[in-house]
Amino acid sequence: MLRILYFARLRETFCLSFEEIPSESINTVSDLKFMLAQRGGVWSRELASDRAVRVAVNQEMAHDGDVIRDGDEIALFPPVTGG
Amino acid sequence: MYIIVQENDFDIDSEITRLYQGNPAIGAVASFVGLVRAEADNPVNALTLEHYPGMTQKSLESIANEALDRFNIMDVTIIHRTGFLIPGDRIVLVITAGGHREQSFLACEFIMDYLKTSAPFWKKETSPTGSHWVEAQKKDDVAFSRWGDDNMKNLKRNFKA
Repeated sequence: MLRILYFARLRETFCLSFEEIPSESINTVSDLKFMLAQRGGVWSRELASDRAVRVAVNQEMAHDGDVIRDGDEIALFPPVTGG
Repeated sequence: MYIIVQENDFDIDSEITRLYQGNPAIGAVASFVGLVRAEADNPVNALTLEHYPGMTQKSLESIANEALDRFNIMDVTIIHRTGFLIPGDRIVLVITAGGHREQSFLACEFIMDYLKTSAPFWKKETSPTGSHWVEAQKKDDVAFSRWGDDNMKNLKRNFKA
């Protein structure tokens, strides 16, 4: 299983702060984004290629090609605005 | 190194004293304080700061370690607040302590530029017209990218003993 976390605008738009999904057929960050976007509606809008979505794998910033393994914690969020 | 994410406010004077006290080799302390701002064209009443609890501490520690290494400074404090804040409230405190002022100033600026683009915090503003998530700004990416320039990388060599 993968543990997926959502923050800030994504958490509010998806009405979801976390979920667990099976890791089968998800090998990379792009696979995960593609799979979530296929849910349609707000999911496809927020995860469309023209919107900036950042991803962290096991609490480290990650890129689309990075590998995801069973048991990983993956967070999706908008570009950060702290400080 | 003192790095903490907290809801409570902080006392600037005691944080600065804590950082340099007991280390007579420290000759220059620089600090930055970020505040909640309200402007005429953006009359913010309140700010809510969300963060990714598991990742923020690690991310700030890695930023601080990079600054210690790059500028050869001796110590760093980063305090970042979360939760509900109003204009005038302090959001973040960065203190850098080194032998000389140039490295302390640069390290402080570097930490803020890095934090703005990579530490997982998000601001939501509330104004009389409603609430909205603050959009990340291109100028923050530009500010951070200059630290990768060759001139800036050479700084590291200058500060090494």
